[in-house]
Amino acid sequence: MFRFILRRLLQMVLAFFGTTLIVYALMFAGQSDPIQALAGERPVTAAQRAYLTEKYHLDQTGVGGFFYRYLDYVKNLLQGDLGQSLTGRQIGDILQQAWPVTVRLALIALAVAIIFGVTAGVIAGIRRAGVFDNSTLVLTLLVLGIPTIVLAPIAQYFLGVRWQLFPPTAGAQPSFYALLLPGIVLGSLSLATALRLTRTSVAENLRADYVRTARSKGLVKRRIVSVHVLRNSLIPVVTFLGVELGNLMSGAIITEGVFNIPGVGFNLFRGIRTEDGPLVVGIVSVLVVVYLLSNLVVDVLYAVLDPRIRYE
Amino acid sequence: MRVRRLAAWTALPLVVTLGLAACGSGGDGGSSGGQDAAVSIQISEPQHLVPTNTTETSGSQVLAGLFSPLVDYDAQNKPYEVAAQSVTSSDNNKVWTIKLKDGFTFHNGEKVTSDDYINAWNYGAYAPNGQGASYFFEKIAGYQDLQGEKPKAKTMSGLKKVDDLTFQVTLAEPYIDFKSMLGYTAFYPLPEAAFSAPGVLNDSYEQAPIGQGPFKMKGTWQHDSKLDVERYDAYPGEKPQVKDVEFRVYQQLTAAYSDLQSDNLDVLPTIPTENLSTAQSDLGENYQTSPMSSFQFLAFPTFEKDYSKPDVRKAISMAIDRDEITKSIFKGSQQSARSFVSPVLPGYRDNTTGAAGQFNPTEAKKLYQAAGGPSKITISYNGDGGHKDWVDATCNQLKANLGVDCVGSAEPKFADLLTKVEKKQPVGLFRMGWVMDYPSMEDYLGPLYSTNGSSNYYGYSNPEFDRLVKEGAAAPTQAEAIKKYQQAEDILAKDMPVIPLRFGENVYGHSSKVKNVQMDLFQRVNLVKIEAAG
Repeated sequence: MFRFILRRLLQMVLAFFGTTLIVYALMFAGQSDPIQALAGERPVTAAQRAYLTEKYHLDQTGVGGFFYRYLDYVKNLLQGDLGQSLTGRQIGDILQQAWPVTVRLALIALAVAIIFGVTAGVIAGIRRAGVFDNSTLVLTLLVLGIPTIVLAPIAQYFLGVRWQLFPPTAGAQPSFYALLLPGIVLGSLSLATALRLTRTSVAENLRADYVRTARSKGLVKRRIVSVHVLRNSLIPVVTFLGVELGNLMSGAIITEGVFNIPGVGFNLFRGIRTEDGPLVVGIVSVLVVVYLLSNLVVDVLYAVLDPRIRYE
Repeated sequence: MRVRRLAAWTALPLVVTLGLAACGSGGDGGSSGGQDAAVSIQISEPQHLVPTNTTETSGSQVLAGLFSPLVDYDAQNKPYEVAAQSVTSSDNNKVWTIKLKDGFTFHNGEKVTSDDYINAWNYGAYAPNGQGASYFFEKIAGYQDLQGEKPKAKTMSGLKKVDDLTFQVTLAEPYIDFKSMLGYTAFYPLPEAAFSAPGVLNDSYEQAPIGQGPFKMKGTWQHDSKLDVERYDAYPGEKPQVKDVEFRVYQQLTAAYSDLQSDNLDVLPTIPTENLSTAQSDLGENYQTSPMSSFQFLAFPTFEKDYSKPDVRKAISMAIDRDEITKSIFKGSQQSARSFVSPVLPGYRDNTTGAAGQFNPTEAKKLYQAAGGPSKITISYNGDGGHKDWVDATCNQLKANLGVDCVGSAEPKFADLLTKVEKKQPVGLFRMGWVMDYPSMEDYLGPLYSTNGSSNYYGYSNPEFDRLVKEGAAAPTQAEAIKKYQQAEDILAKDMPVIPLRFGENVYGHSSKVKNVQMDLFQRVNLVKIEAAG
């Protein structure tokens, strides 16, 4: 197990540098005039342009300039310095403020997906073709069909503004209660997928030989389902949820915008909009680490769920 | 055994969630009425909070609370003294003497002296400091010596201290509107505490700016979240009616609008376009409008053969039904424009474009065909600014009224559009906007249409026009200046380098917890006048 984890960690280092290089290259290629983008619709004075150009090495253009800036970036990164965004703030500080709130939001969403999605999926799987199964099918299809950009404002308007059940926005230091609504909105998509996945997996495993054997041995139904079926059914669900954790963090752009949560998604969006290369690369670098770590956790969880994988 | 371990794995995220969530703090103090009230105002994240580096509205709104300007503007938009005792000029408006009022102190207790103004302005003008509003000091003598990569001087020769409360500003050329100019954000003073060494700004100053205005910082700037300020009791000017103001940062106006509707936010200075059609019924009496200085227009690439004839330009202008577009698309939140300067200004005249500004499809078509206008028109705009609807509507009108083909072409950003225009790539007509910095006709005419104007992207050049604007700026009295500016505007009406389309308005809303919410021409809430309701 230890060697397995170590090997994965080494792969992560490679993946990390590969992805940051690609992101840096893409950001560099897409850049038109970051200084003007920063100033919005106002003309930029020659003095300010000269100042910013020098500060961010923007005078180095072409392929040579790209590697110059990338190596400069990596050098600083290895010293733990993420650099400054184009607005002059330390990216480290920005991330330090943005992460906690996004992590809380993502975990609420994940918890919603696990508690409701997996539970309902198991029930639907056991009572296949029943009323519960059919009604969840309709509901999940409905949720999957509505994009977050529609769902979030609707939830905000009805639950926040009209009926005043939740605060309409969460802000920078939200309470658990204020984060609940955005969390549910964010989690609803993964909830629906997790539910369908669990349901299919459980339904399939219920027909498997080992269940028939267990049943013929005279085991009680509850034990068959909770120990034998559930354990085997969770493998695809765990894979999905592991990847989904990364998605929830990077994909919160819309939800964070609608509910005014200055988290990672918002900063990423702002960075892209203002062509703030250093900020975007900084955030993406950390997102890459999140993906890599959540994949690692998924692999370890596999080993827990299925001993055959452990001894490979 | 195994079952339990599995349960532990699934329960873990939930426990972590609840644990993390418990760390959060929530709830606001709630406002009590009268003089101790607290109000919240929407802003977006300011880029900077150093006066000479602040050119956008949000930063300017915060600084307006923390600082007191030398002059402010009255109902006719003429300047009157606030932090200044008097602003007087020599006969030819070249040498200005500014006397400060006694009794102003910075929030750290320092007395405000003329040095604080001189140091701040020199800091702002010095090119290597990279200050965004640096060009506002352009008119002061010696500004050029502070430019370039290795400037010749660190201080402007035009700034001279007379005594602790008096200083003298010598301009490079006479400028009648200099007093008006002093109301702009860039002309605030900076305390000694702002500098770590002479001419070097303290890095941490921006996180908690120290000013001499009616409000002082409470804590530091909480990026992306909020800025709290409270009443500064030693302020000698007009006292605010509320004690605390929270400038709350929103990323999206629609989110702020939801908060406004449920009384979680007190003032929203701009109603989002999406909500314009319902805002009046949503907010009732709390929906308000007031004049603002923005000006939207369509510019011609006058260097292109197709658009080089004034008659073609006039014909296109006549084929556009401005009133229809302001009504159907902007729901009356903007006004049709038929002049080149904003109605808020002294010297504004209605309808200076004359016949070219009147909607007249039959005449337009005749004129267009006689002048030989192009058979295909493109209107370029930046796709990130919500301009698509009105550009498409304008195009449809041109198609119908001139019998030409017309398409709207979106560039990703305004910067991309400007780059193309600067390289003289064919973009067709393009949209532009202007918001004044201080009330003066020169602030509209000079930068936009002078041959070397900073925002003259359309290659318009008329020596007669340049001469008149210059003479206006150098005029000995306001009346004479306005006369010259108006003559210059008449030349624009003849040449039509741009088509004036709309003048903006503040369209804002407030909660039922506040009253007397006033907004100025720069889209800022008047922090001294706002009161708690009831």
